[in-house]
Amino acid sequence: MATGPTTHPAMTALPPNARSGDAALTRAPGGVDGDRAFAGATLAAALAVPAILLAVFLLLAIDAEPALTRFGASFVTSSTWDNVKEQFGTLPYIYGTVVTSLLALVLATPVGLGAALFITEYAPRRLRTPVAFTIELLAAIPSIVFGLWGFFALTPVMRSTVEPFLKATIGPVPVVGALFQGPSLGKDLFTGGVILAIMILPTVVAISREVLLAVPTMQREGMLALGATKWEAISGAVLPYARAGIAGAAILGLARALGETMAVTMVIGNSSRKITGSLLTPGYTMASAIANQFNEADNELYFSAVVGVAAILLVVSALVNLFARVLIWSITRNAAQGARA
Amino acid sequence: MTGAVIASPYPVAPGLPFTDDSRYRRRRARSQAMAGLIAFAAFLGVSILWIILGYVTVKGAPALNLAFFTERPLPYGEVGGGIAPAITGSLMLLVVAAVLGVPIGIGAAIFLVEYGKGSIIEGVRFASDLVAGLPSIVVGVFVWAALVRNVIGNFSGLAGAVALAIIMVPIIIRTVEAVLNLVPHTLREAGLALGVPKWRVILGVVLPTARAGIVTGVVLSVARAGGETAPLLLTTLGNQFFNWDLGKPTGAIPIQLYNYAVAPYPDWHEKAWGAALVLILVVGVLSILTRVATRGSVR
Amino acid sequence: MTTTDFLTRRRSMLVQATGLLAGAAGAAIVAACGGSEAPASKPAEPTKAAGAAPTTAAAKPAEPTKAPAAAEPTKAPAAAPASGGAGLITGPFDGEAKALTGAGATFPAVLYSKWFNDYNKVTQVQVNYQSIGSGGGIKAISDQTADFGATDSPMTDAQLKDAKGGDILHIPMALGAVVATYNIPGLEGTKLKLSGDVLAAIFLGTITKWNDPKIAADNAGVKLPAEDIVSVHRSDGSGTSFVFTDYLSAVSAEWKSKVGASTTVNWPGGIGGKGNEGVAGEVKQNPFSIGYVELIYAIQNKLGVASVKNKAGNWVEPTLEGVTAAAAAASGKVAPDLRVSIVEQEGEKTYPISTFTWILAYKTMTDAPKAIALTRLLWWATHDGQKLTGDLGYAPLPAEIVAKGEAMIKSIQAGGKPAFPGK
Repeated sequence: MATGPTTHPAMTALPPNARSGDAALTRAPGGVDGDRAFAGATLAAALAVPAILLAVFLLLAIDAEPALTRFGASFVTSSTWDNVKEQFGTLPYIYGTVVTSLLALVLATPVGLGAALFITEYAPRRLRTPVAFTIELLAAIPSIVFGLWGFFALTPVMRSTVEPFLKATIGPVPVVGALFQGPSLGKDLFTGGVILAIMILPTVVAISREVLLAVPTMQREGMLALGATKWEAISGAVLPYARAGIAGAAILGLARALGETMAVTMVIGNSSRKITGSLLTPGYTMASAIANQFNEADNELYFSAVVGVAAILLVVSALVNLFARVLIWSITRNAAQGARA
Repeated sequence: MTGAVIASPYPVAPGLPFTDDSRYRRRRARSQAMAGLIAFAAFLGVSILWIILGYVTVKGAPALNLAFFTERPLPYGEVGGGIAPAITGSLMLLVVAAVLGVPIGIGAAIFLVEYGKGSIIEGVRFASDLVAGLPSIVVGVFVWAALVRNVIGNFSGLAGAVALAIIMVPIIIRTVEAVLNLVPHTLREAGLALGVPKWRVILGVVLPTARAGIVTGVVLSVARAGGETAPLLLTTLGNQFFNWDLGKPTGAIPIQLYNYAVAPYPDWHEKAWGAALVLILVVGVLSILTRVATRGSVR
Repeated sequence: MTTTDFLTRRRSMLVQATGLLAGAAGAAIVAACGGSEAPASKPAEPTKAAGAAPTTAAAKPAEPTKAPAAAEPTKAPAAAPASGGAGLITGPFDGEAKALTGAGATFPAVLYSKWFNDYNKVTQVQVNYQSIGSGGGIKAISDQTADFGATDSPMTDAQLKDAKGGDILHIPMALGAVVATYNIPGLEGTKLKLSGDVLAAIFLGTITKWNDPKIAADNAGVKLPAEDIVSVHRSDGSGTSFVFTDYLSAVSAEWKSKVGASTTVNWPGGIGGKGNEGVAGEVKQNPFSIGYVELIYAIQNKLGVASVKNKAGNWVEPTLEGVTAAAAAASGKVAPDLRVSIVEQEGEKTYPISTFTWILAYKTMTDAPKAIALTRLLWWATHDGQKLTGDLGYAPLPAEIVAKGEAMIKSIQAGGKPAFPGK
């Protein structure tokens, strides 16, 4: 937007060592050329980004092509991933990704939204920044450290305490009980979802907080002035206003969850067994399947199938990212236009 | 549009003489219960961080000794040794990744703020957002296919550095773009009015003014890349010896951590926790520094 | 046919084009850094300076160097029968590469990490071995992304044909046993007997409880718990998986038809661990679990090890003698290229889930210094290295296999000459 002002030729250039009042102000060789070269360099740097993106899509498409053409639709609808029989269907991996990500969303959204509400609406002023800061620090912890913690600290607790408890309490309930059946192993879709929920929490909190801050103060004050309680003001005025943005926060969290690799790989059980309804089944996400099998895919079709998983993951996460950004963009743009008195 | 919400019927205001006490009390109790739940959610979020940090510190601290930082890993099942090649390897990978990624990131940000117009800006930003959203394992698959398989021809530190650079670039672009936009236009105009060519205004005035923010962006991206594991497994493979040759496989702290964690030896587990503590200390300190420096700004 | 050919060609061209595009910057940096290695895919020939003098000098001199070896009193002939070759390699060698990269099997990783640590002290050569699984070893050597691969699952003919760099040699390094290892609280120290049929049923998921009558039938007097069995298998492409599934296929028709034998099979149930390390780790961490690992991983971690019924009908514990007996029983059937499966062999004491473990190397190498370093390493491993096997739970190679391995090592060429310098 800040394109250079079209000035008199004499104004466009200054030699590198020109002092003020220098007669050389009139002509500076390097000026226009330098500008052009520099602009070109920044353009090249900028174009490198879409070029990388394009190359990623292209290369993955090329390498995935043999498996995609060979299996067609059954590549995403078949649940048999069998190197011996050369049958590759990615449904269990897609299922594992969807289930763990949704579970993470279901767990992280209420907690994240609650924490964001605490920060924006309830906390005393001096607590706000420390709480927000601490939760955001979670985002700085590397995936592999979550994995390590999940592997040694979380899975034993899940196996010995949490999962037996859920089996005993929710297990007998019709319908939802089906989610908690089978032996508790600690390494399963459920634990994968829990670790993902922890990992996406900072994303949900940070974005929700921004969105909540963008809600005009008038909204709350109007409700309170009418005699509403604090919760009534929040549920009646703040949350409806911020709804789209909060959904965006959740979906951005989902996008992060979809692609998470190491932490999930270490707790999900890494098994491409048949799909069952229970969350207590060891499984694979697309990302963990790639991590486990990419270096090992020792024949061409197998390799192509693994790259095919990567290609699906790439497309899905790109779409989810886009969707989330559009949602957040629309709410924050509205907020920018709206009164923020 | 806000009026509709405000008009919701709440006929009874607190404190007025004709208050229906029982109803008001119910509403107030409900509000307080929700406040409690909300506070609990915040407490949960905060405590998870401290639980994990506590775990890593308690389990990892005993591993940190001189040998841990100076020696090579020992063969399977032997007790002792360290992760020094992984530390030097991570340093090398990050330096090279920064050398590759920082010019592209800053250059692209300069383009977006100073030169680009209309649809190109939109396109580059869009692409940058999508690259930022690439699952890191997909970056690994890409770099393997693009570099390891043919161009470089073997697992190598360089391939790992390229993968890390791809992860760093969008982070740098986003932070630097935000910072450059904060540089007052009057500064640029003053330079241009003196007849200084635009590129020299940018290099000589705009960038120095934004220096702190740019450094922040770079450090943030390095912190993020330093903990990446998945793309490195596919590109640098790992190395239990010291290596300074970019063309050869290189160790890295996250890879060593992973290998030690999944193995069945208690001594290796302790070292995995130690490596996690080192990662958290380095990454965490960098993040805290940058977040303190950019407090209030987005990301 | 022609369409597929065309498609493949177009694909590979595209791959290369895109790869080049994306990697141009990277390649430029390698060059700029003075990367000592030319990309392995190009027929670089830096042989003249480095290789010529030593290789010609060393093509024959097996005789003179034999003397010091024989003179060394410490070499016990028991461990390495072909002791004529031990002690040849005593220090660094001019013109050899100072670093080698290998990747592959986790089955022999305990042995290899010890070997390469010791070898570094002898020759200063850094052998970076990453245990990513046999599938990974096969893939790495086929793609030439590592200098050597390692596997306990011989490459298939199709895989050999697809290899980028020509003929691949399977050079045996040691023998080992895949053991069924378990973690049953309350039964520490108890040796369970698990027949092939029972193992197949456990991993198929048809036996789900430890107190299943089929398990109890073979283990009279053992108080088996009524707990769910957690089966642990490999999540990566694994030679250990191949040996284990190869054995299960040999003893169970149901396994053969439903699952089959491969480095990566479609496991009907259970959880996956990465590498032998990962499976041992999972078994250790999960009560009431069972997995399969190389013997040493069970020993090092004090995990339960099952006795298995061999072809002769005897219950045998996994021991080095049992493994050696399996190799001896199979000795008549070993193909010239040394690709052989030795599961379920005849013999009273034979342990049925035994295997060779191989290092994979190209017969014709492009990089002479690396070829010298690799052949010296292989020679050292198959001779001097053999005496380290016993302590680490592996069985040494039989003499006739060492001799065949020697011939293979000597057949490795670089720049048209044999690469092994003979010392």
